[in-house]
This record gives sequence, C-alpha cells and structure tokens, in this order.
Amino acid sequence: MSKLHVSTTVNGDAVEYLCDPRETLLDCLRDKLNLTGAKEGCGTGDCGACSVTVDGRLVCSCLMLGVEAEGKQIETVEGIADGDVLHPLQKKFIEYAALQCGICTPGILVAAKSLLERNPNPTEEETRYWLAGNLCRCTGYDKIIRAVMDTAAEMREAS
Amino acid sequence: MDYHSPNSFEEASALAANATGTTRFLAGGTDVLVQLRSELVTPDTLIDVKKINGVRDITRNADGSWTLGVAATGAEMSEHPELGRDWPGVVEAMDLIGSTQVQGRATLTGNLCNGSPAADSVPAMVAAGVTVTVTGPGGTREVAVEDIPVGPGKTSLAKGELISAVHIPARGDNGGDAYLRFIPRTEMDIAVVGVGVNLRLDGDEITEARVSLGAVAPTVLLVEDCAKAIIGTTLDDAALDALAAAASAACNPINDKRGTIEFRTEVSGVLAKRAAKIAYARAKGEQA
Amino acid sequence: MALDDRKSEFNFVGTRPDRPDGLDKVTGRARFGADAYAPGMLYGAILRSPHAHARIVKIDASKAEALKDVKAVVTRADFADVPFKPGLEGEFWSVLENVMAGEKALYDGHAVAAVAATSALAARDALKLIEVEYEVLPHVTDVDKAMAPDAPVIREGAADYSVPEGMHPNVVRYHESGHGDVEAGFAEADLILEDSFVTEATHQGYIEPHACLGSLGSDGKGELWCCTQGHWYAQKYCATLLGIETAQLRVTASEIGGGFGGKTTVFIEPVALALSRKANRPVKIVMSRSEVFRATGPTSSASMDIKIGMKKDGTITAAEGIFRLQGGAFPGAPGDMTAMCAFAPYNLTNVRQVGYDVLANRPKQAAYRAPGAPMGAFAVESVLDELCKKLGLDPVDVRLKNAAHEGTKASYGPTYERIGLVETLEAAKAHPHYSAPLKPGQGRGISCGFWFNHGGETSVSLALSEDGSAQVMVGTPDIGGSRASMALMAAEVLGIPYENIRVTVADTATLGYNDVSHGSRVTYASGLATIKAARNAVERLCERAAAKWGIPVDAVKWENGCAVPSGPNAGDFDPMPLADITADMGATGGPISGHFEATPEGAGVSFGTHIVDAEVDPETGKTAITRYTVIQDAGKAIHPTYVEGQYQGGAAQGIGWALNEEYIYGEDGRLQNSIFLDYRIPVASDLPMIDTVIVEVPNPGHPFGVRGVGETGIVPPLAAIANAVSNAAGVRMKRLPMSPPRILAALKDNG
Repeated sequence: MSKLHVSTTVNGDAVEYLCDPRETLLDCLRDKLNLTGAKEGCGTGDCGACSVTVDGRLVCSCLMLGVEAEGKQIETVEGIADGDVLHPLQKKFIEYAALQCGICTPGILVAAKSLLERNPNPTEEETRYWLAGNLCRCTGYDKIIRAVMDTAAEMREAS
Repeated sequence: MDYHSPNSFEEASALAANATGTTRFLAGGTDVLVQLRSELVTPDTLIDVKKINGVRDITRNADGSWTLGVAATGAEMSEHPELGRDWPGVVEAMDLIGSTQVQGRATLTGNLCNGSPAADSVPAMVAAGVTVTVTGPGGTREVAVEDIPVGPGKTSLAKGELISAVHIPARGDNGGDAYLRFIPRTEMDIAVVGVGVNLRLDGDEITEARVSLGAVAPTVLLVEDCAKAIIGTTLDDAALDALAAAASAACNPINDKRGTIEFRTEVSGVLAKRAAKIAYARAKGEQA
Repeated sequence: MALDDRKSEFNFVGTRPDRPDGLDKVTGRARFGADAYAPGMLYGAILRSPHAHARIVKIDASKAEALKDVKAVVTRADFADVPFKPGLEGEFWSVLENVMAGEKALYDGHAVAAVAATSALAARDALKLIEVEYEVLPHVTDVDKAMAPDAPVIREGAADYSVPEGMHPNVVRYHESGHGDVEAGFAEADLILEDSFVTEATHQGYIEPHACLGSLGSDGKGELWCCTQGHWYAQKYCATLLGIETAQLRVTASEIGGGFGGKTTVFIEPVALALSRKANRPVKIVMSRSEVFRATGPTSSASMDIKIGMKKDGTITAAEGIFRLQGGAFPGAPGDMTAMCAFAPYNLTNVRQVGYDVLANRPKQAAYRAPGAPMGAFAVESVLDELCKKLGLDPVDVRLKNAAHEGTKASYGPTYERIGLVETLEAAKAHPHYSAPLKPGQGRGISCGFWFNHGGETSVSLALSEDGSAQVMVGTPDIGGSRASMALMAAEVLGIPYENIRVTVADTATLGYNDVSHGSRVTYASGLATIKAARNAVERLCERAAAKWGIPVDAVKWENGCAVPSGPNAGDFDPMPLADITADMGATGGPISGHFEATPEGAGVSFGTHIVDAEVDPETGKTAITRYTVIQDAGKAIHPTYVEGQYQGGAAQGIGWALNEEYIYGEDGRLQNSIFLDYRIPVASDLPMIDTVIVEVPNPGHPFGVRGVGETGIVPPLAAIANAVSNAAGVRMKRLPMSPPRILAALKDNG
C-alpha cells in the first residue's frame, strides 16, 4: 500500500509528511510531526482531547484523515502561546487550577480559544455547551468554566 | 484502502461504479472515520467529495427554496444568517449532532447516508419535505429524504450512486418547524427518540403538517396519522393528545442500550407534543 | 480570590500558588503515557476474546508471523517461562492470567495474543490474521445470578478459607463484622425498614488510555515508561510475570492522564516487555478507548440488602447490611470494604455487616476512588432517608444524632480518634444551600460518606543545591497537583520560597519502594515523608551552622529559612540563611540531603456530607442536577484549590455513576457500550458549579494535620442524588444508574 504525500501548515510552519490513507490527522500530528500536544482519548470524536483548528474551524483531529490536511492551516495547542508569552487562557488555567491531570487541557484550551474568538462574551451556559465535546474527568468542569469566563472578561477589558 | 478526491460528482460516481469491495464517500467523515478506527468498516475505496466545486455552498434560490452542498457543515448551517430563520427545526436538528468539534465537520448528507434510524437531522428533513439529488452512472434523479434510508445502516442508493445536493423547500408564509430529541445527557448522545414537526397555519388553524419520528423504528418514519391529528385544529389539548397517541402508536422500537420499547413509545408522544407547540409558535411568528 | 487572612501557624501551607507543572500542561509539552518514542520502536497491539467465557483450544499465529512488518507475536506461553519464579500464586497469578489468558478466556476483551510490528496499522492488521479456536462456555455477568446454584463455575478452587461451606464456587471471599446484638436492637425500634438495592459497574473513565513503552533485553535488564499510579508496583509485577529480577527493571512514571484507582495495576506493560524481549526492540502499546472499557478494571457491580431500626426520636437501634459484589473473573471485589464502610459514619450499638466477593465473566475489577464504599453508602443512606421521611425527621438532625465522633467504636471495629463528621454535618445545616427554597419538580438529598484513607510504604529524598534551592524526589505519581503540595510542605519546613523547590516523581532506580498513589495517601504519606526529609536536612543545616559558629548543635534552631543561635547563645550571631550554608557545603562536610522512609499508620479516616438538588422531568424521567455542595474534612488543606478540585471531581464522578454511567452487557456476555458515546460520563453542560466547604479537623497522625481528600468525595454522591431524585419524583429509586427509562418506569409503577 503506497503512502500519500501531504503538504500542510501547522502553527504557521510549512510541513510535509507521508501517510497511509487510513491514518488520521491526529496520528500524523503525533507520530510524524512529533506534535504530541493533541491526545487520543477516544478515537471516536467523543472526548475532544485531540481538538485542533483547521482553517480556523474547531475539529477533532481523530475524525479527519491525514490526507485531508493537504493545503490547510492547522493550529494545535503547541501554537497557542506566543513564544514565551502565554495566551490569557493558559495563564488563567494555571491560576484557577482548571486542570488536575492535564490530559484534556490541550483540547480544552484549543476549544476555548475558538469560542472566545467567536464570542468574546459567552454566558456560562454557552461556555458549557461549547465545551460539551471536551470531556474532563478530574475537575467537574467548575474551575474550567470559571477560568474561561474570567479570561473572556479580562480579554474584553484589555481590548 | 484507496483514497480518491475527484473533481466532479460524475467522476465520483464513475469511481464508485468501477470499484470493487466496500466503497465509502467521505464528506464530514464523522461516521466514516469512527467506523474506520474501530475497524467496523474499512473501505477498500474511499472517495472524498470535498474537492468538488460548490459542495460547501448554502444557496437561497429565486423561488425561496434552498440548495445545500453535500459538504456544508452543521457549523456553517448554524452560522448562516438566513437559513435558520426559514428552517430553524432543520438547522437545530443538525446542530444537535455531536460536539462543537463534530459540527465543524458533520453534514446533512452524511447523517442521511449513514442510515441510522436515530440520525437527528433526518426527521427534521423529512418533516420539512427535503429532497436530494442523486448522481449515478445513469445521470441524476431527485429523491425524497424519507426514501433514502431503507434500514439500519442501509440506503436505497445503488452502486455508483451518491447524493450531490440537498434541496430544502421554500418556507412560505405562516409556516414553522421544530425538532426535539431525547437524550439522557444534555449533549453528545445519540437520540433515544427524535421528533420533527413542520406545519403551516391559516390564522390559528393548522392547514398542513408533516410529523416525522426518529429512533423508534428501523428507519425514520413519516407519520401521516400524526399530521391528521393536528390538521384542522388550533393545536388545542385534544389535538395534542391525539398527536401524542398517534406518535406512540406509530412506534415500532427495540430495547437496546439506549432505551426501552416502553420508554421510546411513551416519550415519542411527549416530544411530539412539545415539538408541535414550538413549530406552531414559530408559524405564528412567535419566539419559541 | 480573597486571601486567607486568618492568623495561621503556617507561612506556605494553605496558600494557593501556581502548580509547578502548569506551564508544561497548558502548552502541550507535558509527556503522558503515549507521548514517548524510542529509536527502533515497534508498535504493539493485543488480540482480545470476543467471548465472555471460552476455552482456548488453539492459537495459530503463523500467518501473522509471516508478515514482513511483524517482528514478534506473544501468547501466554511467552510468560509461562519463568525460570526462577515458578508457580505464581495469589494476586501475581491473577494478574498474569488477566494480562494474557491461559486455558480460558474469562471475559469479553480478555487478551489472548499480541503482536509487535513496524507501525500501529501493521500491528492492527496482523491481529486479524491470528486464528484462535474457542470452545464457547456458558457465562454469567450478574452478581446474583453468579451466586445461584446453577451458575457456571468460573474457576474451581478460587475461594479461600473465609467462605462458608455450601456456597457456590463463584463466591470466593466472605466478610462478616459488627458488634452488639442486632436482633435485640431491632426489637427496640419504633420503625424498621428493610430494602434491596442494586448498582451497576462503572468505569473510572480517565481520559488517557493506558499506554507504555517497554524495552527488555536478553540480558534480563529492562526499561519501562508507563502511565501508572504506582511504578514500583509495575516494576514488581512486570518483573515477576517476566521472570526477571525486580531491580533489573527500571520503571519511569509518565505524566498520568487520570487514574482514580484504575491505573494501580498492570495490563499492557508486561505484554510490551514480552514483545520487546522477543523482538529485541522497544515496543510501545497504547490502548484504544474500547480496550480501556472492555479490558481494564471497572468497579464491581453490587446487590445489597439493608435493614435499619430507628426510634421515633431518630436514634438508630440496629443496622444490618448484606453486600454482594462481583469483581470480574478474579478474586478482589471489595465486598469487605463495602461492608466495613457502609455504617461507618454512625455511632451504633448494634450493627452487623456481611460482604461477598463473587466471580463473574467480566473484567477484573480495579480500585475506583474509595473502592466499594459508594455502593454501600447508596443503600444505607437511602434507607436512612426513607426512615427520616416516615418519622417526619430532618435528615441532617438524624445524622447528627447518630454521628460517630472521637471515641466511637466504629462499625468495622476500631475506636475513632479525632474525626470531623459532626463538623461536616453542622456545616451542612448552616449552609445556605440546605435552607434554600426548592422549585416545583425539584428535590433535595443529603448523604454522609466515609473512607478509611491509607498510609503505605513511602520513601522521599530531598537534596539541597549550592544556590540554596531544593529538589524533592517523591515516589508517588502526581495525579492531581501533588507536586505543588509537596513543595509547599517542604517550603514550610525549610523556610525557603515555594518557587525554589522542584519536586520530581522519581523513577524506581532512584528511591526505595513506594506504594501506589492510591488510598488518598499521597498528600498524607508522601507529604509526611517530605516534611520529615526536610527536617532531616534541617538537622544537617543546623550542624553546619553550629560548626561555623563553634557552638553546640543543640544551641541552634531553624527559623524562617535560617539557622539561629538559641539558648545561651541567642543573639550572639546573625541568622545564617540556608543559601549561606549550602554555598560552601562541599567544603564543610559535603552535600546536604534529607531522607525519610516509613510505612506511616496514622492516615486518619475521613468523612464528608453532600447536599444536592435534582429536578426530574415527570414526562421523560430525565434528571438535571441543579445545585451541589460538597462538605468534607480535609484535616488540613495544604493547597486549598486542589482540595476543592478533588471534592468537585468526586462529586462529578458520583453524578455520572448515579444518573447515567453503567456497564451494559448483552445476553451474549459482550459489553455493549465500550465508547464514550454510550458510556455516558458527565459533560460540561450536564453539571452546575459545584460548591465546596473545606472543614479542617486536624489529623493527629500527620505533622500538619493532613487527611487524604481524594476518595471520600465520591462516597456520598450516589446516595445524596438518589435521595434528591426520589424526593423530586416521589418514588424511591433503588437501582443505579437512575437513567431516564428507569425513572419513567418507576413513575409509571407508582401511578
């Protein structure tokens, strides 16, 4: 079975890889590009730990084939911080202890960033529903929701 | 598995017609990839339709009807400024499928072709009278949505055929639609019962109605008795009770990990009432 | 958030600094189980039985072995060769049998063979070519059916001495305890209620599937990287199962993506090592989610009978419980724990409890947060609630009236030292939640819960650097922010800033044996050892200062990070900061370190009280949790934010268990819901904010008063929610989960 060549952009960097058509974008990010920030928690699009954006659209990278990334712009958790400056969400997650084990954190940060880009003033309910596809088993979501809401408030004030 | 990304539906159809083994079309991929990862279905041929021109378009036609490309995602439908005003039930039904992430990929066509009796968008489409264009080796044909699924995981599409466009009728005056489903959580579940209602009023009286049930039979049902129960009424309590009774009577469900026969039968009536009230309010131009 | 302005005896303990691993975890840099790669690495995959119970007649792997990409195939035969540890017994044998089936496949998902190949896809493809001939046997998955006379025998001779004669061979352990005379107690009661309850098995549901990377050479030396709650346990078990010396296997714990008890044993780790030994290359195995559900360690399911007698004033006169738990195809279901915890919150004159451990064709159960306790609390606290209702008594008052306190003889035997149950109940009564009005359709429930907590073998080392910073090596994987707590405790003793301390979870080559991160023991036991290791280093620091000053060491004390002359020498010298002592420690006697190891016994039992409001849709049976308050005794909260997190997480898991989570087996004995789509853990939109109250009744067994907080939080929710739902629906719910079909059916039955 011959492999397919893919050229794509990840966190602003042009990258290339060869993949089997059965391999998911998540497989390719992790095993071919060494970007292990996105996690496979389920492989069925139910947990959101593999969340990335593709051309600005939030998706599960386990539900997209590696070959489909051709020519796309992909953003992962590794691209959220600006050099050594953390994104406000990243700072708030640490401050609020919005993570315990941290396995869901990359996906939740990617998803929450996508939310705040579309809706700078989400209600608690909107935040909870937006993040309903990001399972967290440690926190009961309380501190996550508070961290996202407070980040939104702070970013609104700053802008 | 061979992967193809043709530039036209004719090309896609020809690829499928000539393929051996299992063929799957890839639009949003939210079912195909799950089946692939779990090794439930490993296609020999995978045909990605997203490189075909116009497959992401959502277009309002001159007559007020809508044409949707087969790869238009749930998120794109929800974000469309006009579509949800005409067909809130269809848009909400699509929006109920999966997470925000899934919405970024999932499509009406994929939901339909997956053939699940619990597919959320299908009862809403059936109630709305949605049709699809099917492209095959012999050209194209128009098919009502309710004629696509023939059983769990099975469709009426022949080898080499694929859906190439989705058509939603013009909303017209004094009409409203709604879709409700029952799930145990607030999100992320497969429907245990789904009910789509589309109706039109003359004053306070319902003159046209289509009611569709999901997850209560091997395929999504278009239930004429439900429509009859409310046509000619003002959706008073008697009509609602008759609607609920007709919905429950139409059910032919199974016991499974998601619900029991008794539960599905009972709740289909409950949801039919609730969805009808929303559709009725919408037809009257009220917020619901 | 408001700063704690109480006068505190502590400078660091009780503050809320950022966790030391925060940056790595918000940037994607933290390396979890599946994030390791090695040169020449192969990918392993495991073939699993589709049958609940079947004799393995033949395994033919020749077609898989013939593939160019396949470098090794292993079956049980590759483990049986244990040259100097023949005849594995007890738990070692059970774990081996669970890791790779022997003569029989004992549950749907039981491993029967494994391959290592050059890619994950190649490994999965190769599995399809392995032919296994099964002789399918009758199976049983339900605990009551597994105890019935006609149940298929899962394994003869698995029962131990504790089991009374005449019981089915599937009953493998029996526990009975209590005190007083329950019959006499029931005779004194004004009202006796007796009822039966059932809970289904649930899964810990950690988001990170098990993953490991193993390398084992023909010289018997190996390396293992894995996500585990206990890498010394993994070392001991892997070495034993593979027949190598324990010390020759170095195990490194990765960052761990949740465990909750489910990562306290080994599943894939010995398989990766066996494949590696055969292929002579490192092998990585990562479970799929479906494998996690089918073949790791869910909880037991339970069937329980409760009888409680009460006087009109709320005094409990007698209590009796029978608890039947199946824990899969191996001994280990915590029937004893369920029995011992069930009545532990109460000061009872007459109490008797019986627990059964029963085999069934399900995966080998593993610990899940206070293993066994939540089920028993569900049954007991439901009956208590019903008694309160029938006697017109306030449920908090009744619990206060009967609450255990210091000096109470516990239902399971010992006499309690200082405990905080009464304080949690008083806090519940005073909490605005308890008196807030309810809307129509809503119900309120409360429940108490108990957990033992645990000490366990613990070893900690602390080393000081020349610049005055400190590194702490602990042996307990950090599953919820414990490195922050360790650093706070070390900072407290050393008197140097929190930021100047780095805490590392050391590998097995670096410290002596450390028990698993379980039993709510990490902040207690590793914390205690950290404090004592730091005190050990402080003694060295004082010695160096004394030598420099030329005064006796007992004339030096340690204050705020400095050696200070005391006694007759007080004020003779300026305080000498830690960094001044370490700066030239190489010339003044060598490196300064501290060390402590022990098996501390004073873990201090823990209690909590939860208040929950639930709203039930009477037409669909759907429940929404509208308000939730957790009140729990932490002894002393080292990092209160992470204590709150433990409370909230326990409550959320309890909500899932109570409402929607369950293992669903078909008639064929196969698990029907092995993905997150159908194994329904709570999502963000399902839950309200979860309020917390940290009660602090110091544990006399810890230098700073710590009690473990990790587990108790999952004990009250099942009962509290069942009470709330039953009050909202007007019908007593006796079976978990209280899924909408069950609630709707109960409402119908109730008319």
